[in-house]
Amino acid sequence: MTRWKSVLIIGFLASIPLWVTSFYFLHILITTGIFIIAAMSLNLLLGFTGQLSLGHVAFFGIGAYASALLSLGFEVHVTDDFALGVGPRPVWLAMLFGTLAAGLCGFALGKIAFKVRGAYFVIVSISFAEVVRLVAVNWVELTQGPMALNNVPPLKLGIPELFELSFLRKPAYFYVVLATAIACYVIIRRLVHSHVGRAMIALRENEPLAMSVGVDVTCYLVLATVVSAAMAGAAGALYVHYVRIVDPDIFLFIYTVMMVIMVVTGGKGTLAGPIVGGAIFGLLPELLRAFAIKPEVQWIAFGAIMILVVFLLPRGIVPALDDWWRSRKGPSPDAKPPVQAASGAPQ
Amino acid sequence: MDQFLQHCLNAFMLGGTYALLGIGLTLIFGIMRVVNFTHGELYAFGAYMMYALVMRLGVDFFLALALATVLGLVVGAAIEFVLLRQLRSADIDVTMLVMIGAWIALQNAEQLAWTGVAQSIASPFPADPIVLGRLSVSWNRVFVFAVAILLIAATYFLVNRTKLGMAMRATFQDRETAALMGVRIERIHTATFALGSGLAAAAGALLGPVFVVTPTMGDLAAAKAFAIVILGGMGNLVGATFGGFILAFAEEIGVGYISSGYRDAMGFLLIILILLVRPTGLFARKERIS
Repeated sequence: MTRWKSVLIIGFLASIPLWVTSFYFLHILITTGIFIIAAMSLNLLLGFTGQLSLGHVAFFGIGAYASALLSLGFEVHVTDDFALGVGPRPVWLAMLFGTLAAGLCGFALGKIAFKVRGAYFVIVSISFAEVVRLVAVNWVELTQGPMALNNVPPLKLGIPELFELSFLRKPAYFYVVLATAIACYVIIRRLVHSHVGRAMIALRENEPLAMSVGVDVTCYLVLATVVSAAMAGAAGALYVHYVRIVDPDIFLFIYTVMMVIMVVTGGKGTLAGPIVGGAIFGLLPELLRAFAIKPEVQWIAFGAIMILVVFLLPRGIVPALDDWWRSRKGPSPDAKPPVQAASGAPQ
Repeated sequence: MDQFLQHCLNAFMLGGTYALLGIGLTLIFGIMRVVNFTHGELYAFGAYMMYALVMRLGVDFFLALALATVLGLVVGAAIEFVLLRQLRSADIDVTMLVMIGAWIALQNAEQLAWTGVAQSIASPFPADPIVLGRLSVSWNRVFVFAVAILLIAATYFLVNRTKLGMAMRATFQDRETAALMGVRIERIHTATFALGSGLAAAAGALLGPVFVVTPTMGDLAAAKAFAIVILGGMGNLVGATFGGFILAFAEEIGVGYISSGYRDAMGFLLIILILLVRPTGLFARKERIS
């Protein structure tokens, strides 16, 4: 049953480029898909380990910058007369490098930041993103600062001079994003349903208790951060080879907020939550634009929606729908009341 | 050496306003357990009120300063009453999300009301700096510093010497017991949030004429206030005061001897360092205020 459902959903998504002819709409779908990947990665941290990382955009940006730099080639003066130079590498390798670089940064941040929890962790993660942004602005030799890295090459696969698959066109790139999103979904799903996922949920629910039954809390938190950061980095790499330009504005705090809104609205700690939330908030700006609303009003609406969602659907849309579905089927005599779903277990 | 002394003097002047920003935030965190993401917006609000009163309505500079602070108090009380009161028993993460939503909405409302164009406020102080030997400092900065120190002293007095302050400290130590002793927790929370917001608005109103006023000016101010609060330990008034000066010194020395581009990174680097060495902050005595 569930297998059929997923095949149907994937089939439907894969058929989109066949009947959507508007390139503008495809463009929106691609950027929405990239943001959904980023939101899924944030959900691993926020939803399953319960740590609110407000510096998540740092990993997205690091993935983007690392991938762009390796595909363009770069040179850094370590000392005045010694320079470290790397020539341009193929884009797929650069994207892997971007993913890896973000994962490594995730490891470093996890090691430092998980000495503290709660509000302190939130502020450390914001600080981290801010430092990375300032480095991107000021290390002009490497990043060209506010002048941006231009002409980032698009993704090409295959053996040079024999055959090559270019992903410059939007329908082709849509499939790349879709494949990555499915891969990320499967990885998170398997992770969450394994003993690692159970340990994460245990430490989210009650950290001292988890510790007392032998869960190495810091280890699992760092692991979650590494996986989450690497996925965000992959999303960043996908983004940069699609828009083909990257500047320090990629680190703006508002993108982190966007990801958090997506996760919280959809339902944190559910597998489908970030996808639902991401689809809503990826497409909503375009709908609002159709009504010729100013961007400021749109952001005010976003802020208001965020507050309303937290007040009205504190657990998000997906768990709320789930409850509604269960209650509609009617409580069978031996079934427990839907309150049981409130524990926030993975769906 | 002269250069070093000049940097120290600048840092001292800057530290006063940083401390002012920091104590407002640390009070709110300490007593209400709320990470106040709207702090920077109240700062920007204070600056815009100053702009509106002085440049548009022609109100006297000093009267406008007082009015902007009072308006900040009122807006803070309103935010507490409308949003935070409903979330008293909510998780800290939930409150943070609501505050982030409020922050985005407020900032864009400011942008909508005043457009993104930077505005400047005329100040009544002479443009010539005070010259002390080879050091110099502008009249405006001296005034800002003096008012900031005055406000900080008033806050200390309020928290340590008045009945309201005693109720605040009691709430901070143990909310339930304080409630049992007849402290009206709801009122204390409103008063605390209003006070913190008023201090932020005062900082904005003071610094608006020194710098320019833009809708996003609050972001950097809030980031620095967070850094200061972490430096001093959350909920620690003395810590936040010293934290403000430490951050100002770190920034000035960083600008003077490393690179001016990394000025705003100094605070964050300090946070990361502090948390590595002393996660509870520099001045933590089991996280207490006053």
